[in-house]
Amino acid sequence: MSVTHDARVQIHNPAAAAQRPAARSWPDANNPAVWIVAAILLIMPLIANGFFLIEIFATTLILGTIALSLMFLAGYGGMVSLMQLTIAGFCAYMVAVFGVSGNANISLGWPWWLAVPMALTLATIFGTLGGALAVRTEGIYTIMITLAIGAAFYYFTNQNWAIFNGHTGINNVSTPHFWGVDWRRDIPFYYVVLAVAAICYFAVDYISRAPFGLALQGVRDNPRRMAALGFNVNAHRVAAYAVASFIAGLAGVLQVWNYRQISPGSVSVGACIDILIIAVVGGITRPIGPYIGALVFVLLRTFALDFLVRIGLDGNRFRLLIGLGFLAIVFWSSDGVIGLWQRWRQSQRPQSDHPGGGRGHG
Amino acid sequence: MDSVARRLSAVGAGAALELRGVTRLFGALAALTDVTITVRPGERRAVLGSNGAGKTTLFNCITGDFLPTSGTIRFFGEDVTHFPPYERIRRGLRRTYQISALFPGLTVQDNVYLACRGVSRGRFSFLRPGQTDALMQAADSLVQAVHLTAVKDQRVAELAHGQQRQLEIALALAGAPRFVLFDEPAAGLSPTERAELVEILTSLPAHIGYIIIEHDMDVALRVVESVTMMHNGRIFKEGVPEEIQSDPEVQELYLGGGHE
Repeated sequence: MSVTHDARVQIHNPAAAAQRPAARSWPDANNPAVWIVAAILLIMPLIANGFFLIEIFATTLILGTIALSLMFLAGYGGMVSLMQLTIAGFCAYMVAVFGVSGNANISLGWPWWLAVPMALTLATIFGTLGGALAVRTEGIYTIMITLAIGAAFYYFTNQNWAIFNGHTGINNVSTPHFWGVDWRRDIPFYYVVLAVAAICYFAVDYISRAPFGLALQGVRDNPRRMAALGFNVNAHRVAAYAVASFIAGLAGVLQVWNYRQISPGSVSVGACIDILIIAVVGGITRPIGPYIGALVFVLLRTFALDFLVRIGLDGNRFRLLIGLGFLAIVFWSSDGVIGLWQRWRQSQRPQSDHPGGGRGHG
Repeated sequence: MDSVARRLSAVGAGAALELRGVTRLFGALAALTDVTITVRPGERRAVLGSNGAGKTTLFNCITGDFLPTSGTIRFFGEDVTHFPPYERIRRGLRRTYQISALFPGLTVQDNVYLACRGVSRGRFSFLRPGQTDALMQAADSLVQAVHLTAVKDQRVAELAHGQQRQLEIALALAGAPRFVLFDEPAAGLSPTERAELVEILTSLPAHIGYIIIEHDMDVALRVVESVTMMHNGRIFKEGVPEEIQSDPEVQELYLGGGHE
C-alpha cells in the first residue's frame, strides 16, 4: 500500500476534486428555489380560489403522492408496479366501508380516526402481499403481475355488491369534523393534503439516504452482489412494497375525502396507467418528479378540454395531448421533466463544473 | 515458508472450507464433477485451470449463487450446502467477481457503506447514518485502504477500470471476513496495479484465508502457499506452488510448457 498510489488516482481523475459531493445533506436546503416553492404552496389559499386550490393543487398533490409511491419502487428499487393506484383505491374503499357513508347497509360507521388506520393497515397488507408475488419476477413480468392485480381489483369492485357496492360504488363518504373545523372545506383540506404530501415527500427523500434506501438502490443496481454482501434481496424488495403501499394508502384516504365517493371508475386500468405516465413524465429519479408530472397531467386534463372544444375537437381528446407529451418526454429525456431541467441547468454552468455524466440513473 | 507455517498454526486447526464430492450439472454438462477440497483457516490457495475448467462455478457453489447438484459444503464446520448466499456472507464468507459487480448508480462511499451494512445489524434501518456512525467510519477506512479516498463521492459509473477493481476488493473486505474468494482480481490491471494488488493480498490479516482464481502466474503464485489444478470440472492435482510449476503434466495442460 504505497503512498504514491493516491497521487496516481489523482492523475486518473483530475476532475475528481472539482466534483461536488453527491446529495448527502438535506436536499437543496440551500437552494432558494426550494424555499420559494414552499412559501408559495403555504400561502396558496391567499392566491388561488377554491377551484384552483382543490381541483388543481390538491388533486395534483394527491396524484403526485400516489405516483411518488411508484417513484420509490421504480426509481430506487427498479420495480415498476402498476398497482399503486389500485392500493390507493383499495384504501379509499376501506375508508368508505369502515367509516360513515350514504350506503348505510355497507359502511360500518366507525369514526374516521379508527377507519383510517384500519384502512391504511389493510392497504399496506394488500400491497405487501401483491409485492411478495411481484418480487418473484423481474422487469416486464413485474409490470404484468401488478397490472393483473390492478385489473382484477377493478373487475372485482364492479361485480362485488356486498362490500364494494358494484359499479355504483360508495357515495356520500363522510369527512372529518373536529376542533370545530370541517376539514373538507377547501382551505383546511388543502392544508391537510399539503401536509401529507410534504411528509411523504420528505420521508421518501430521507429514506433514500438511510441504510434501507441505499440498500434498495443497491438491489436495483445489482441484486446478485447485494446477496453476496449479506442482504436478503427479496425481503428488501417486499419491504419496499410495504413502504410504497403505505404512501399510496395515505393518498387513497385523501382521494376519498376529496371526492366523497369511490367507485370502480377511480380504480380502472386506465387510471393505473395514468400513474405510470405521471411518474415517467415527471421523472422517476427524484421524489419531486412525480409531483411535477402530476401538475402537468392535471393542468392538461383540466384545461386541454376547453382548448380542444374551442378549436372544434372532442374535449376527451386531452388524452391525445398527454400521450403526445408522454412520447416527447420519453423520446428526449429518459428521466422526465426533471431530467430536462437538470440538463438545461448544466448547460448553463461553466464547463469545468460538471465532469462526466450528470445524468440520473440509467 | 516458515512465516506461512507460523501464521497457519496461530489461526488454529479444523477446516475453513470443506467441500465433499461437490457436483454441479447444467443439463447434461457437468461443470463440476466430484470436487473435494479442504482449506484450513488462514490458508491461501490458488485455483488454476483453463477456461471452462469450472473455477467460477466452484466459487458460485461455495457462495450459494448456484446450489450444487450433489455433495456438501461446510464453512468452519457448519453445513451451509443449502444456505442462501446472504447467510453464508453473514458467517464471514466473501467473494469478488471476475467482472466487477458494483452499484454504478451509487457513490464509492455508499458502495462500501452498503458492504459494511450488509454484514451487520440495521440493514432495514430508516435512520440516516451520521458522520460519527461506526459503520460510516469503517467504510471510510476501507475506502482509504484501497486508495480511493480521492474519488469517494464520485458515482461508481464514472470510475476508471483499475479503480473499480480496487473497489471490488474493498467490498469483499467489509466487516469481519474469515474467508475470501477472489475471482481474477488482476483482470485488466496494469503492471503497477498488479504489484499493488499483490501487496494488498499479502498484507491481509493472518487469520483471513482465501482462494484466488488468477491467470497471471506472477500474481497467483506469489500470494498463495498451495495450488489446486482443475481441468474439465475435476481436480487433477494439488500441491505447493513449486511442485505445480515444475510438474510436466501441468506445464503441458496449462502453462503451455514455456513458462519460466
